[in-house]
Amino acid sequence: MDYESVIGLEVHVQLSTESKIFSGASSHVTDKPNEHVDPVTFGLPGTLPVLNEKVVEFALRLGLALNCDIRRFNRFARKHYFYPDLPKGYQISQYEEPICGHGRLQFRDGEVTRTVGITRIHMEEDAGKSVHSAERQCSLLDLNRAGVPLLEVVSEPDIRSAREAAAYLRALRQLVRYLELSDGNMEEGSLRCDANVSLRPKGEMKFGTRTEIKNLNSFRFVERAIEYEVARQVAILKSGEPIVQETRLFDSESGTTRSMRSKEESADYRYFPDPDLPPLQIEESWINAVRAKLPTLPQEIFQSLIDDYGLSEYDAAVISAEHEYVRFFLEAQEVCKNPKATCNWITSEIFGALKQHGEQFSELRFSPLQLGQLIALIDQDVISGKIAKTVFEELYASGGSPNEIIERRGLKQITDDSAIREMVKEALRSNPEQVAQFREGNAKLLGFFVGQVMKLSKGSANPKLVNDILLEELKS
Amino acid sequence: MAELWQSDLWELSEGLEKREFSSKELTQMFLERIAHQEHLGCYLSVFEEKAIEQAEKADARRAAGDEVTKLTGVPLAIKDIITLNYGTTTCGSRFLEDYRSPFTATAAQRLLKAGTVILGKTNLDEFGMGSSNENSAFGPVKNPWDTSRVAGGSSGGSAAAVAARLCPAALGTDTGGSIRQPSAFCNVTGLKPSYGRVSRYGLVAFASSLDQIGPMGKNARDCALISECIFGRDIRDSTSAPNEVPLFSSLLERDIKGLRIGVPKEYFREELSSEIASAIHKGLGELEKLGAEIKEVSLPHTDFATAAYYVIVPAEASSNLSRFDGIRYGKRADAQDLISLYAKSRSEGFGPEVKRRILIGTFVLSAGYYDAYYVKAQRARALIARDFEEAFSEKVDVIAAPTTPTTPFLLGEKTHDPISMYLNDIFTVPVNLAGLPSLSLPCGQNSSGLPIGFQLIGRAFDELTLFQVADAFQKTTDWHLRTPETKTHSKD
Repeated sequence: MDYESVIGLEVHVQLSTESKIFSGASSHVTDKPNEHVDPVTFGLPGTLPVLNEKVVEFALRLGLALNCDIRRFNRFARKHYFYPDLPKGYQISQYEEPICGHGRLQFRDGEVTRTVGITRIHMEEDAGKSVHSAERQCSLLDLNRAGVPLLEVVSEPDIRSAREAAAYLRALRQLVRYLELSDGNMEEGSLRCDANVSLRPKGEMKFGTRTEIKNLNSFRFVERAIEYEVARQVAILKSGEPIVQETRLFDSESGTTRSMRSKEESADYRYFPDPDLPPLQIEESWINAVRAKLPTLPQEIFQSLIDDYGLSEYDAAVISAEHEYVRFFLEAQEVCKNPKATCNWITSEIFGALKQHGEQFSELRFSPLQLGQLIALIDQDVISGKIAKTVFEELYASGGSPNEIIERRGLKQITDDSAIREMVKEALRSNPEQVAQFREGNAKLLGFFVGQVMKLSKGSANPKLVNDILLEELKS
Repeated sequence: MAELWQSDLWELSEGLEKREFSSKELTQMFLERIAHQEHLGCYLSVFEEKAIEQAEKADARRAAGDEVTKLTGVPLAIKDIITLNYGTTTCGSRFLEDYRSPFTATAAQRLLKAGTVILGKTNLDEFGMGSSNENSAFGPVKNPWDTSRVAGGSSGGSAAAVAARLCPAALGTDTGGSIRQPSAFCNVTGLKPSYGRVSRYGLVAFASSLDQIGPMGKNARDCALISECIFGRDIRDSTSAPNEVPLFSSLLERDIKGLRIGVPKEYFREELSSEIASAIHKGLGELEKLGAEIKEVSLPHTDFATAAYYVIVPAEASSNLSRFDGIRYGKRADAQDLISLYAKSRSEGFGPEVKRRILIGTFVLSAGYYDAYYVKAQRARALIARDFEEAFSEKVDVIAAPTTPTTPFLLGEKTHDPISMYLNDIFTVPVNLAGLPSLSLPCGQNSSGLPIGFQLIGRAFDELTLFQVADAFQKTTDWHLRTPETKTHSKD
């Protein structure tokens, strides 16, 4: 029998707000343990949560970008469990009344456009971190992360393959970065993913028993874990055994999943509405204000790069991957009106240099305006493409105006006929043997002469003019 | 200094203003009285040095001609479930025996800012859970009127301290009657404000949707004075209300002629002692003489109040007390693994009533029971609130009722019967469920000379009318002036 995999993802997005979701303590990452804690974070007796409105705004932004319905009457709920890094003994979350529901995410999986439903998005607080020290025979607590805001994005079980799951996750990451909600860094845990996986015979409507896989902290692991889990479930079903509903842990060393706890062992969280937080009423005007400030979304930008700027699908995908690339591209091409060249400069020269120097795009020392000027100078024959690379090197190293660099370093292309003719004549005078050979029919030597002239001009002669004048002089 | 402990806050304030005595002298006098009355168990900690320091500062403030309030230099006591950034905040629990809070509760901060002197922290039932103060890990409070009897709870320490004149007034907290019931038992005037009136920041949470801090004192006008200082919105408590706070102290004088006072028939039931019933009727007669109109009203869902209360309260308490896990502060038992660390710390740190409520609360919130208990109790709560709304919307301005079904019972009398202990709150819990303000004031004594209180219940955020009615009542009666000492004297 053929089986179809049914996959849904639960993704936790750690928000990059200034302060925590229920206190004024900083929510920034720090290496110093317990630096960003205050009485509320510590869950001291007598402390109370106060909602950070920025978190609601972030949730609205994501919800609207995912075409969700926004719940006007929101409540927070307490989810109870005991663990040392959970200071209050409960996590403040949303349970029956999440802020967003019924949305969808459209994304590209290779050549195909796919749509996956979004069941819900809710706001909640993160827990702290327990550090187990074998050496010191104890566990240590770091509560910096406790109270940092999270959005949990739950998808419908619409995903059908491991690859598609990774594509969905990449699209979601791209979106939260576009919306400036989170850096979406999976390795550092600002994007965390659990996968629900089940199988059913092809054509069957009813869902099979599912397992939940945890500890998927890279795109690759998401794909590998789901692949492994699907194969494991197929083998079980083929042997006629039932699937056990359970939570499984992915082990990246072995690439396998193993049972963590069964449904029977799962905790009773005893959710109930948090009496410390009054219901949150979201006004229409607030929703409209957030909607008005939404940036153009990745899918639309992708399409516009193809339709309005003539980029290939491949280039459009590369540029639209990050909002900062898009912004850079649009501003640079606005100056030079040459989108294709702009795209090439970004994807080959800039990306290449960044890779070589191990730097981030955000660290660039020059502006899109300056790249645009550089490209315009090539297009206007002020400099050659080769010289442009020299200018770019300086631009990359220390920024500055391309015009100023060219002036200062005397890189301006020589387009003066008589000046080039002088250099051509000198090149021919110095190489009488090669001139003779050329005239005997060795046409290949033209390149040699061009090289000689370029050398004399220190690379700044216009190559086309050099070519033309050389031919004239050689024929005379 | 003679008999100064009998003065109310207004008189003390006036004396301080006229330099008849200093805050330091006043504070020293109360500290001495406290030292002589330790057997009552009113205080869990006394701030001998800090209080003198605060008094000296208040005196200096006055001497320098700096801005002062009516409360500048006036000593008060605070229930030991409200945090101060000095001393311990024990909540009457072994678990927090040595706990020191790094911050001060908003209500206490407002008092300190006004220049009050804090004499000490008063005894209470552990985390506010109890009606007799016998659930304090540090011993019960004895009723100054009869030391074989309970002072009531959970603010028993505050009530007894005011009654024994070990402070002129105090802060208590009220979740289901914890200010009003001990006030009634000790012949004190106490106000449970509307829910949201006083910031709960720094009040160690027992049942968050019901807890309120409120004043307890010799009379209504003293409660008004403290209220106008501690009331009002606080950004640290999202449940605190933005409502305007009237300047109560300047609005007390009011002719209550024509004011409609409702008497709920459901409160006059067989559990109510006949002596209390007749004292209430006499009290109502006084109000009628002052021109109030007495009308019968019905609060038909009263019978569900105690049951609903004892579902909602343990549910919230079980959740609020989860933070006491022995990991970051408070009691930590010796243990080899995490589960036993939790189990032992909590077993050793909490008393039996707290454990009972954690168990009940955990049960009613469990999957499969949540709807049957918690959700249903919330529905009952809504009906109870609606009863009051209906009574207030057309018929009456204030509701008057007994505070307690009985006068103070004997120490140990009910400790083995939690249900009968819970039923002592039968007249006070509906008010908390509805979030309304309620003031309990003395209105008589039973045949053995034990105090009787009755409560006035107001519309949400209408504490003003309660103060006005109570003040008018106290201008024509002297129940609130009686003290256990005068009683002893009369016996001699």
